[in-house]
Amino acid sequence: MDKEPRISISVTVNGALVEAEAPARESLADFLRHRVGLTGTHVGCEQGICGACTVRFDGRIARSCLTLAAQAHGHSIETIEGVTDSGEIADLQEAFLRHNAAQCGFCTPGMLITAAEFLNSGETARRESIRQFLSGNYCRCTGYHAIVDAIAEIAGKKADA
Amino acid sequence: MPDPFVIDPGLARLSARKFVQGRGRYLDDITLTGMLHVCFVRSPYAHAKIAGIDTSAAREVGGVSHVITGRDLAPVCRPWTAQLTNLGEMKTAPQSALPVETVKWQGEPVAAVVASSRAVAEDAAELVEVDYEELPAVVDPEAALKPDAPLVHPDLGTNVAWSINIDTGEVDAALAGSDVVIEKTFSVDRQTGVTLEPRGAIADYDPAKCYLTIHLTSQVPHIQRYIYARQLGLNEANVRIICPDIGGGFGLKLHVYSDEIATAAISMLIRRPVKFTADRLESFVSDIHARGHRVSARIGVNNDGKIQALEVNDLAGAGPFLIHPRTSVIEPLLVAICTPLAYDLKHYRAGASLVYQNKVSTGQYRGVGMPVASLVAEGLVDAAARATGLDKAEIRKRNLFRDDAYPVTGISGEYLECLSQQASLDKLLKMMDYGRLQEERDAGRDKGIYKGIGLATVVEGTSPSPALYAAGGAPISSRDACTLRLEAGGNISCATGLTDQGQGGEAVVTQVIADVIGIPSNEINIVMGDTATTPFGGGTWASRSTAIAGEACLLAATEMREKILEVAAAIHEQPADILTIRAGEIFNLETNEKVSSLAEIGKTVHFNTHTLPAEFEPELIVTRHYSQREQLMVYANCALGVSLEVDVNTGLVTLHKIWAVDDCGRIINEKLVVEQMRGSIVQGIGSSLYEECIYDETGQLLNGNMFEYLLPMAGEMPDIECDHIETPTKATQLGAKGCGEAGIIAVCGAIMNGINDALEPFGVEVSSQPFTPEKILRALGKIV
Repeated sequence: MDKEPRISISVTVNGALVEAEAPARESLADFLRHRVGLTGTHVGCEQGICGACTVRFDGRIARSCLTLAAQAHGHSIETIEGVTDSGEIADLQEAFLRHNAAQCGFCTPGMLITAAEFLNSGETARRESIRQFLSGNYCRCTGYHAIVDAIAEIAGKKADA
Repeated sequence: MPDPFVIDPGLARLSARKFVQGRGRYLDDITLTGMLHVCFVRSPYAHAKIAGIDTSAAREVGGVSHVITGRDLAPVCRPWTAQLTNLGEMKTAPQSALPVETVKWQGEPVAAVVASSRAVAEDAAELVEVDYEELPAVVDPEAALKPDAPLVHPDLGTNVAWSINIDTGEVDAALAGSDVVIEKTFSVDRQTGVTLEPRGAIADYDPAKCYLTIHLTSQVPHIQRYIYARQLGLNEANVRIICPDIGGGFGLKLHVYSDEIATAAISMLIRRPVKFTADRLESFVSDIHARGHRVSARIGVNNDGKIQALEVNDLAGAGPFLIHPRTSVIEPLLVAICTPLAYDLKHYRAGASLVYQNKVSTGQYRGVGMPVASLVAEGLVDAAARATGLDKAEIRKRNLFRDDAYPVTGISGEYLECLSQQASLDKLLKMMDYGRLQEERDAGRDKGIYKGIGLATVVEGTSPSPALYAAGGAPISSRDACTLRLEAGGNISCATGLTDQGQGGEAVVTQVIADVIGIPSNEINIVMGDTATTPFGGGTWASRSTAIAGEACLLAATEMREKILEVAAAIHEQPADILTIRAGEIFNLETNEKVSSLAEIGKTVHFNTHTLPAEFEPELIVTRHYSQREQLMVYANCALGVSLEVDVNTGLVTLHKIWAVDDCGRIINEKLVVEQMRGSIVQGIGSSLYEECIYDETGQLLNGNMFEYLLPMAGEMPDIECDHIETPTKATQLGAKGCGEAGIIAVCGAIMNGINDALEPFGVEVSSQPFTPEKILRALGKIV
């Protein structure tokens, strides 16, 4: 069998430039987790269904399991580690804690990144709209109610501000 | 213990902070130096003879270090057999880490490729050539019983693994004497757990020390260590199991899986650390499945609604092996035991059989048989209400035990210590505004809007005693433990046998320890999930964490408090019984003056022993164990209501709202109880409306991926309002019962009843779970 083809990738991850050589077939999720060491991005299905691997790709949410690392060459990726360190979603994270909106925590980073996009989307803070927006992110533990509560609380505060 | 003993109910789950920051550390996040990756070659056939395995092409792939077959692993890992001798005769067969002669389900691991990366291992796995000779497969449980059925285990001479009969007598006479007899058949399809984090293991064998370290996605590290040591021929003390953060368990991660123990055996064989993580497609064909029941049942009621007699017959599928070590028997056992358990009746007969089949094994998944039992019971009670013209809440009130009747022994022999079924139902009906919902439903029917109300009043067996498993010879601990250490700085280290897959057990035991000792919760650190550093405990299953480990923590904290006060008394020459601890400081109760602090006690005991009285050598370390031995299970109860709507043109069910009132005894952390309720209710909604493992007649799983296996998503889920009644168990000082499964037990029956309530104007019913649009349209006669 031929040697695994590799490719040079230069990508901005959480504001810092990462240069690495990776197998051409490597997913962005595996690249972030095992090459960059950012394990907050989780892999639940590798099929684009569960949403645990959600990251930001040039500012918009994307499935890192369906994205090749090579596609990120020259682009900007943000992960849960980045948006935590920047403080951008600190209020949302605190709301998740207050409402017990995380149980096992496996879906939580993807859920938070999706929730942050909802809050930036200008959608109304109705529970139904939050539920629809989250429909690409599976949670097997909470039943979603507390997650909706947490996002609704922050969306309500933003609307009042 | 301080008096009054008050537990702060609002403590946030501090340990969840790491999860919202993406700092959870799950199995696949761990990398060991020199670690290789395992990929399993899995059988494409449900039943086949292995005529030969050619590994030569796979071995040629760059980066591949080993290709391993069942013959290679046989000298390292002994086969295991699951059996419980306390539940009657079980016909059971040994299972190997990798099979040598035959494969018995599609997805069974047959060989393993070890390589520098998972991707390379997968490439090479495709080149392993297994010569299969396909054998006829046993797929359907009813077909498994036919005289000419092929046998999953020819040596056993039958496909029947186990059966049970319960007969309290005079059932036929009571049915014959009933005003109304209703006969119904229920089916509950196979489903699986779909933990968002797949299973996995990282095994690291040190041949110099004969020491095996395994990072394992398990809910029960101490139990796994015992089994792994036994099967791999090691001393238990030379095996360390570390369970990192676990991305969901739900019972799925209780069992011994052949691919996981094979990973440990491979590390011993090749003397390198190796990692196995299942991908999602492997999970569907190798994680335990659950349910898969067909139940025929009869109920006899009088015109006043009183149940006279009940009869159920359950046929369930085990897969090819009874799952180790708990066996696959408990699902049908609990169908037989729990179906009548919520109700006061005099005559009951049950039969349950478990048969072998060439599908992945079934095992304990959240609710374990009880969701099937309550689906049957609640369906029959609603049918009885329809037949007698009684309201569905009223018929329950007439048949549930009175709240002041406890303790009672249920008709199937189970001891029910203290429940609040009547009060829970009353509270539920008020919460959901039952009368208004009925008016809305009736008004809608004239306009072609078919709303339905579904009720269920159920019991949840929690916190089992050793009589359930250990008495049958299985290495399953019902105990749990807590070790507390006062550190020199005056804070507390706790190590417990409990594990946490997201339930929040860590927060609960923190609360108990904080409040018993009198120390702020942020001065307690909890260690769990590591057999090298925690005392032996059963881990997390059967809704036992708070009740069992919580009690062990209460006992340890009580003793630690006494020891601390004893030291304070010695240092300050005051009687210990007039001292107390509040927020980490020690006060004299008579003068209310501060006498000392935990910081002073810690420093004195660990450094300044020269200041202590001669011959006084304090031990500020305490270990206490607790096992619940009085009741087979400590039963909790729940009343649940559903408001839904059926679109009779599409068959789609829309859930408008769910209400639940549970009684899990003393509540330690109300928010966590609510989250257990909501989470298990939504898993039950999955069972009820979406989830099914669809097999073809050759035993191929047709929808083994997350695209085709439907799960509850945020958009379709309703809001869920929860309330409680607290009837503490007297079995423990803490008084807590479990709460993790009542929701899934109650909601399946309630949704079925709600759908049938909505369909009442059409005179049709559904009783085959999941209640898909197709089945509803078929019931309505809109499709054939």
